[in-house]
Amino acid sequence: MNYFPDEVLEHIFDFVTSQRDRNSVSQVCKPWYKIESSSRPKVFVGNCYAISPQRVIERFPGLKSITLKGKPHFADFNLVPHDWGGFVYPWIEAFARKSVGLEELKLKRMIISDECLELISRSFPNFKSLVLVSCDGFTTDGLAAIASNCRFLRELDLQENDVEDHRGHWLSCFPDTCTSLVSLNFACLKGEVNLAALERLIARSPNLRSLRLNHAVPLDVLQSILIRAPHLVDLGVGSYVNDPDSETYNKLVMAIRNCMSVKSLSGFLEVAPPCLSAFHLICPNLTSLNLSYAPGIHGTELIKLIRHCRKLQRLWILDCIGDGGLEVVASTCKDLQEIRVFPSDPYIGNAAVTEAGLVALSSGCPKLHSILYFCQQMTNAALITVAKNCPNFTRFRLCILDPTKPDAETNQPFDEGFGAIVHSCKGLRRLSMAGLLTDQVFLYIGMHAKQLEMLSIAFAGNTDKGMQYLLNGCKKLRKLEIRDCPFGNAALLMDVGKYETMRSLWMSSCEVTLEACKSLAKKMPRLNVEIINENDQMDVSADDRQKVEKMFLYRTLAGRRKDAPEFVWTL
Amino acid sequence: MEGGLGSLGGCGGSSGAATNDHTMSKVEVAEAEASSYPVEAELELGLSLGGGGGGGGGGKGKANTWGERGRILIAKDFPSVVSQPQRPNNNNTSISPACVVGSVSGTKRAADSVSHEGGSPTAGSQVVGWPPIRAYRMNSLVNQAKAARSEEDKGIGEKDKSKDNLKKKICNGNKISAPGNEKGHLGFVKVNMDGIPIGRKVDLNAHACYGTLTQALEEMFFRSTTSLNSIGGEKQQVTKSSRLLDGSSEFVLTYEDKEGDWMLVGDVPMFLTSVKRLRIMRTSEVNGLAPRFQDRNEKQRIKPV
Repeated sequence: MNYFPDEVLEHIFDFVTSQRDRNSVSQVCKPWYKIESSSRPKVFVGNCYAISPQRVIERFPGLKSITLKGKPHFADFNLVPHDWGGFVYPWIEAFARKSVGLEELKLKRMIISDECLELISRSFPNFKSLVLVSCDGFTTDGLAAIASNCRFLRELDLQENDVEDHRGHWLSCFPDTCTSLVSLNFACLKGEVNLAALERLIARSPNLRSLRLNHAVPLDVLQSILIRAPHLVDLGVGSYVNDPDSETYNKLVMAIRNCMSVKSLSGFLEVAPPCLSAFHLICPNLTSLNLSYAPGIHGTELIKLIRHCRKLQRLWILDCIGDGGLEVVASTCKDLQEIRVFPSDPYIGNAAVTEAGLVALSSGCPKLHSILYFCQQMTNAALITVAKNCPNFTRFRLCILDPTKPDAETNQPFDEGFGAIVHSCKGLRRLSMAGLLTDQVFLYIGMHAKQLEMLSIAFAGNTDKGMQYLLNGCKKLRKLEIRDCPFGNAALLMDVGKYETMRSLWMSSCEVTLEACKSLAKKMPRLNVEIINENDQMDVSADDRQKVEKMFLYRTLAGRRKDAPEFVWTL
Repeated sequence: MEGGLGSLGGCGGSSGAATNDHTMSKVEVAEAEASSYPVEAELELGLSLGGGGGGGGGGKGKANTWGERGRILIAKDFPSVVSQPQRPNNNNTSISPACVVGSVSGTKRAADSVSHEGGSPTAGSQVVGWPPIRAYRMNSLVNQAKAARSEEDKGIGEKDKSKDNLKKKICNGNKISAPGNEKGHLGFVKVNMDGIPIGRKVDLNAHACYGTLTQALEEMFFRSTTSLNSIGGEKQQVTKSSRLLDGSSEFVLTYEDKEGDWMLVGDVPMFLTSVKRLRIMRTSEVNGLAPRFQDRNEKQRIKPV
C-alpha cells in the first residue's frame, strides 16, 4: 500500500462513507491518517463541547458537511435548563473565518440565532443544506436570510424546532432565480405563510422531492401544490380539513392520484377524518407513515388507512390505534422495520395500548428492529415472547406511563422481561426501560448487552450495584442517562476511566454527592463534570456532602467551556 | 433530596451491605416492598416530592420569605382590580396511581406550586419530565386539544370543561378534534425580563393561580446571591435585585396576546388561552398604571387565574 499514490488512496477512501469506518481507516498508519483527514468531507461531532471548532477545521480542512449535537438528550424532556448551552455561533464564526467551504449543516438540540443564520447565508457561497432538529433561538427572520442569500439551496429541513414566528414573509424571500430546492420542511412553524409565494416557489422547483407543510396551508392550496409537484416522494400535509363533498375535495382526490411517487406521508396536523379516504390511493406505495401529530384521527380511521399500507417500513402513530389496531398493523405490514407508538393523552396516564399490541407486532412483523412504545401496562411474559419473536432488535424503548408499575399479571419487577430482551437481541444498540426494576436487570444487561451504546434509565434499581453491573459489562456503552435512581458515589467512582470511553453520562435525582463529583473531576482532567443547579446558586463553599441534583459529564479535548451560564458549575 | 426508589427502605447509596448474589436479601426486601400496594402509594408520594417537602406549604419556605424578595406586580396590584371567579380545583382523583405529567422547565416547581393550592392533593403527582415525550410533541398535542376546546366553548373558563370531552373525539368537517385534556396543559411560554438578555421558559399550566406563577418567576429572575442552606429548613435570602419601595415593585408582569398586544397579567380569567409569551417589564414603562402600596395579603396569593 505504500506504493499507491495519494490520489489513489483518496479515491478509495471516497467509497468509505460512514464516520466510524473513516475513523478506523485513519488509525491504520500515519499516511492514511493524513490522507483520510484531509479528504474527509463529512464530519460528525456528537457533542459540540467535546472538541473545539478550530481543531476540527485543522484536522479536516476539506470539510463540507458537519453534524453537531448540543444539549443532552434529557433536554427533550425539560430536564435541562433552556440556556444550558449548545450555541452554534462559535462554530459558524470559526468556519467563516477560515473560509471553510461549508455546504451542509445539520444541528440537533442546539441554539442558533438569527444572526448566525444570517452569517451562514453570507459566508458560504455553496451552502446547500440546512437541517435543524429540536433547535431554538431563531425566528423566521433568520429563515428569510437563508432564503434570500443561499443561491444554491437544496434543502431546508426544520424538524420540531421552537421557532419564533414573525408572520412568514420568509417564503417570499426565495429569489425567482432559486430553482434548486429538493427538500422543504416547515411543518413546525406556527404562523401563517404567504401561500402565493409558496405556490410560486414550488412551481419553479422541478427537483422538489420532499415537502412538509405547516398547519397554515389549507386544502385548496395543497391541491394546487400537488398538481405542480407530481414527483414528490415525501409529503407532509398540514391542515387537512374540508367537506368531503366539496369540489375542492374532489379536485384534491384528482391531484393525489397524480402523486403516485409519494412514499412517505406525514402531518395531518389538523384533520377531518372523513377526507382521509382520498389518500387510500397512495397508501399502497407508502413505506413511511407518520400520523403521530394527528390526534384527530380515530382508531377506526387509522385502521382503515393502515389496511392499504402493505409496504410500510416505518410507522409512527398514536396509541388511539389500540391493541386491535396494532394487530391489524401486524397482519398487514409485513415489511415493518420501525414503529413508534406515542400516547395521545399523556396526562391522564391512560394509554390505549398494552402488552397485547406489542406481542402482536413482534409476531407479525419479522423485520421489526426498532421500537418506541408508550403503554399502559406490560408483563414479563409479553417481553419474553417479544424477545423470542424478534431477536433482531437494535433499538428497544419501552415506556410504561406509570414509571414504577410492576408486571400487570404477577406484580413482579420487569427484570426477567428485559433480561430476555437483552439476552435474545444480541445486536441491541439502544435500550430504554420502564416499570419496576431492581438491580437484577442491570446484572442481565451487563452480562448480555454487549453491543449496547445508549441506555436510558428512570426510577430503577436498588443499590450502587445496579450501575456497577452496567459500567462493568457494557463495553460499548457511549451514552448513559439516569434519573431518579438510587445510584451513588460508589457506582460513580468505581471506574473513572470508563467515562473517557463514553460520550457522556447524565445523572439527575440520584444519590451522588458533590464530593464525589469533585473527586471525579480532579482525577479525570479530560472530562467536564458539570453540576446544573437551576434553583439555588451553588456556592463554592457548599457542603460537599449534599446531593447533586443534576450532573452531566462528558469527555472533551476542549477543556472547560467558556459559555456556561451561571447555574452550571464545571468542577 | 429524595429520589424515587431511593426513599424506599434506604437502599440507595449504600452498596456496602449488598452481596453479589442476586437473591440477596436486600433486593428481596425491595421487591417485597415494591409489590405491596401501600408501599406503592408511598412511591407515588415519593415521586411527587420531587420538589421536596411534599404536601402543601412545606418546601422552601417561600411563603415566609416572600416579603424580602423582589416582587412582580400583576393586575390586582393596581387600582382597578378585577375579582376573578374561583377556579375549581380540577384534580382528577380518579387518575390511576401513576404519574400525571407536569413538565416544568427543569424545576420541580410544579409540585410546590400545586401544593400551594390551599392544601389540595398534588394533582396526581406531577413529575418533572415524565413521561419522556419531547416538549415539542407535548406542546403540540396540548395546543391541538386547547384549540379544539376554545372553539367549542368560547368565554367559558377552561376548568368548566366537562369531563365528557376527555376521551371523546369529535369529528366533523370543520372542527379540529383532539382528545380532551382536563388540565388543559398549555406548555411553555417564554419569559423575558427587561435588562436581562437571556430569557427563560415557564410552564403556565403548572401554576393554578397568579400567585404561584409570579412566585416562580421571581425565583427565576430575582435569584438570591448568598448561599442557601439547601439541606432543608428555612432560608435567609437576600435578593440582589430586591426592589421593595413601600411594598411596591419596580417590575410588572405582562403578556403578549394573540393579537400581538401587550397586556397586564391578571385582568382576564382567559389569560391562559391567549398568552403567547410573558415579559417582566419595568413599571416605569407601563403608562398610566400606578403601583399602589398594598399589604401583601396571603389570600390574594391564592387568587385563581
